[in-house]
Amino acid sequence: MYRMANYDEPLLNEIEERKARDVEIKISDKIRREKLNLPSLSERDVVKHFIHLSQMNYGVDTGIYPLGSCTMKYNPKLLEEVARSDKVEHIHPRQDETTVQGSLEIMHNLEEALCKITGMDAFSLQPIAGAHGEFTGMLIVRAYHESNGEERKEVIVPDSAHGTNPASARMAGFEVVEIPSKDGRVDIDALRSALSKNTAAFMLTNPNTLGIFEKDILEISKEVRKVGALLYYDGANLNAIMGKARPGDMGFDIVHLNLHKTFATPHGGGGPGAGPVGVKAELEKFLPVPRVVKEGETYHFDYSSRHSIGKVSNFYGNFPVLLKAYAYILMKGSDGLKEATERAVLNSNYLMSKVVGKHYTLPFGGSRMHEFVVSAKNLKERGIRALDVAKRLLDYGLHPPTIYFPLIVEEAMMIEPTESESMDALDKYAEIMNIIAEEDAELVRNAPSNAPIGRVDEALAARNPVLKWGDF
Amino acid sequence: MKKLMEKLGIENIDELFDDIPEEIRIDGIDIPPGKEEIEVEREIVSILKKNKSFEDMPSFLGGGIKPHYVPPAVRHIVSRSEFYTSYTPYQPEFSQGMLQSMFEYQSVICELTGMDVANISMYDAATALGEAARMSKRVSRKDVFIIPKNISWEKKSVLANYAKNAGIKVEEIPYDREGRADISALEKYGNGEVAGIYLENPNFFGIIEDRIDEINEMKEKTGAMVVMGVDPLLLSIVKPPSEYGADIVIGDGWMGNPMNFGGSRLGIFSCRKEHIRQMPGRIIGATVDKNGKRAFCMTLQTREQHIRRGKATSNICSNEALCAIAFVSYVAIMGRDGLRSVAIKNMENAKYVASKLSSIGFETPFSRNFFNEFVAIPPVDAEALNEKLLKNGIHGAFMLGQHFPELRNGLLYGVTEMHTKETIDRMVEMTREAINDV
Repeated sequence: MYRMANYDEPLLNEIEERKARDVEIKISDKIRREKLNLPSLSERDVVKHFIHLSQMNYGVDTGIYPLGSCTMKYNPKLLEEVARSDKVEHIHPRQDETTVQGSLEIMHNLEEALCKITGMDAFSLQPIAGAHGEFTGMLIVRAYHESNGEERKEVIVPDSAHGTNPASARMAGFEVVEIPSKDGRVDIDALRSALSKNTAAFMLTNPNTLGIFEKDILEISKEVRKVGALLYYDGANLNAIMGKARPGDMGFDIVHLNLHKTFATPHGGGGPGAGPVGVKAELEKFLPVPRVVKEGETYHFDYSSRHSIGKVSNFYGNFPVLLKAYAYILMKGSDGLKEATERAVLNSNYLMSKVVGKHYTLPFGGSRMHEFVVSAKNLKERGIRALDVAKRLLDYGLHPPTIYFPLIVEEAMMIEPTESESMDALDKYAEIMNIIAEEDAELVRNAPSNAPIGRVDEALAARNPVLKWGDF
Repeated sequence: MKKLMEKLGIENIDELFDDIPEEIRIDGIDIPPGKEEIEVEREIVSILKKNKSFEDMPSFLGGGIKPHYVPPAVRHIVSRSEFYTSYTPYQPEFSQGMLQSMFEYQSVICELTGMDVANISMYDAATALGEAARMSKRVSRKDVFIIPKNISWEKKSVLANYAKNAGIKVEEIPYDREGRADISALEKYGNGEVAGIYLENPNFFGIIEDRIDEINEMKEKTGAMVVMGVDPLLLSIVKPPSEYGADIVIGDGWMGNPMNFGGSRLGIFSCRKEHIRQMPGRIIGATVDKNGKRAFCMTLQTREQHIRRGKATSNICSNEALCAIAFVSYVAIMGRDGLRSVAIKNMENAKYVASKLSSIGFETPFSRNFFNEFVAIPPVDAEALNEKLLKNGIHGAFMLGQHFPELRNGLLYGVTEMHTKETIDRMVEMTREAINDV
């Protein structure tokens, strides 16, 4: 039977100090620090501490991790290995160009591959995360309209959008107009009436967060273009269409990708990730500096674009993440990426066929792609909520799906199994979800009972913030 | 795939892609076919060979990032795949390991900075500055954010992007003859005019800030928030920024993280607790589980984009969590006394380089009170000097001229515990020879 390790692991400051020594601080009295409340521990004790903690954590390597919109696919080990070289780690960002030709070549090649995959004309690898890519994209939207002598104030997002979309638009100074969905898709009429000469851009995820492909995309892009606005692609769900369709052909002007999703670089418990931004040719001049350019057989940083939005992060992006994504693309190649997409969509449809039934219902008709959202509202009459199902899954050693998103589905459970899972793993997941739906309601509500700790009191954490060890 | 297709009753995989309009469907991607693992590894290694690392070529670059030692234990800790293949800890019962480590990271940052709360990271030091400017405006409801002239141009550019669409006006103050931000230039601002003032310790020229009373006085006069950019290593030996009136402390969280061409590092972000509701980013809190046992979870999420959407304090979602684990394990492995001896070593090494360079005709225009970077002006053309050194397998210091025309021939040296006496002596010897040649 499954069981996660469970230690009563002390905090670092509660471990016995074994390595204290005197260090003379030769610095003026005026600024010298007398007290520094950090422990001096032995390496043995520190390693034990963190190994214990790692054993109280669940990763993709542990098992299925079907968080919708997060694309928790397996991260091939080669990717970690190539990033561990001193030619990656011990490279200073201000080194002379002639001494970083390898890094520049990788960046250049990756940009080209991403252009081919998405149908865009140019990429910047500088944004550090998906939301950072969105912010960069919105700055480009603003620069574009300003260069046309226009000050457009509104960005439209569907009500099924990721929370980062409206947040990023706001950060770039736009007002956000949210439009309702119709049958799980963009309501073209609502879009049409929201669009105006004041619209700067429409942000869209395709397939959307319900896993439904926006099949009217060509009409959508026509409408957006008609008012002179730009169409922005949130690349969170690119895993559903690689080798099948390209955002660039759908009429998108700007895209961001999440390399830590689609291109198999690990999520690291929340990061580091990478959120490259791709644009059509007419927007290239607005991309952040520096650009990587190839002249003959050598590579250069080009800072010359007068129209560039400038910089969005300190240097050139999260280089190790970029390298890992490049290694993944080389490994998969043209057919491999297409197959990853096919298998992801197939896995999702198969799991959906096993999960959807009397307990879990599928809102909205039509087909789904790499992910699907079910509603657990039928369980409510037994007093079971989506949250309870999620917590009970932990007891079986399975990571739950994303819950309560998108907001337009009641008791939402958003499931994305990715291409990495076997049929057996999917069968088991569906079986357990259905078993839970019929289990004793009390047992489910009290879950987890087989995890390192019981259900966490999150309300107490917010009411009485204890945010460092000194706060206890 | 076949088995699954049979189960679903489909004959052609494309049936699952029917919703994609005919006119935009493609079949495959115009890139080479997939390769075997061994081929990919060879190909990447052969490209990366064109790089020269610190091992191949000692470098004296600074400017925000410098080489530092990463203890092997830190690598082993962050290589645990339960950590690095996990997602943001949305399910605390399955993520206690990550959450406790993050809580410890926050505790360590607060101890170093003297702040009450820290988030689990921003993307980097530059975006942390952008977020700090926006936060100053949210707290103070004022529009002017002041920076010293001598911060890196990259930070200025990122800050401009974060500031301008929030209605923040960024203004510069000059640096004085000692190379420090000229605080007296703030006298022209009346009380209540300024949202925030950014200062660095050490600053871009490497100078350690020691004007505790003056900064506190200036803060009182202007009523502005003080944002301090720090090197966490320096904080192990000097008084924490909380004593210099800092309200927000940010910085490059290099500890445990290699240089990585400037990427995959973290932005430190910490502040006073009265401003916590205006803080960007993820925060971990301690609580209890239903049996009363100590437990950790993400908290105060109503500031964040997945709850507040357009009204969030920031759009940040993915951050640099694993780099924070590297940071806290670095601090744990080094320990209080280990950190302090590395800090002292950095300072001594930098002083040694500076005195050697002085002895061969370099001028050091600013205060001698520097940490692990300093400005020096060679007696010959800096660019020609660097070219010579590079030919001989040493990367010279950062040339300041492009961004600080008044320091046209200035070099910014970065020196750390990674520079052995032999390396330093070799660099100085080659510099001496180059001076004679140029």
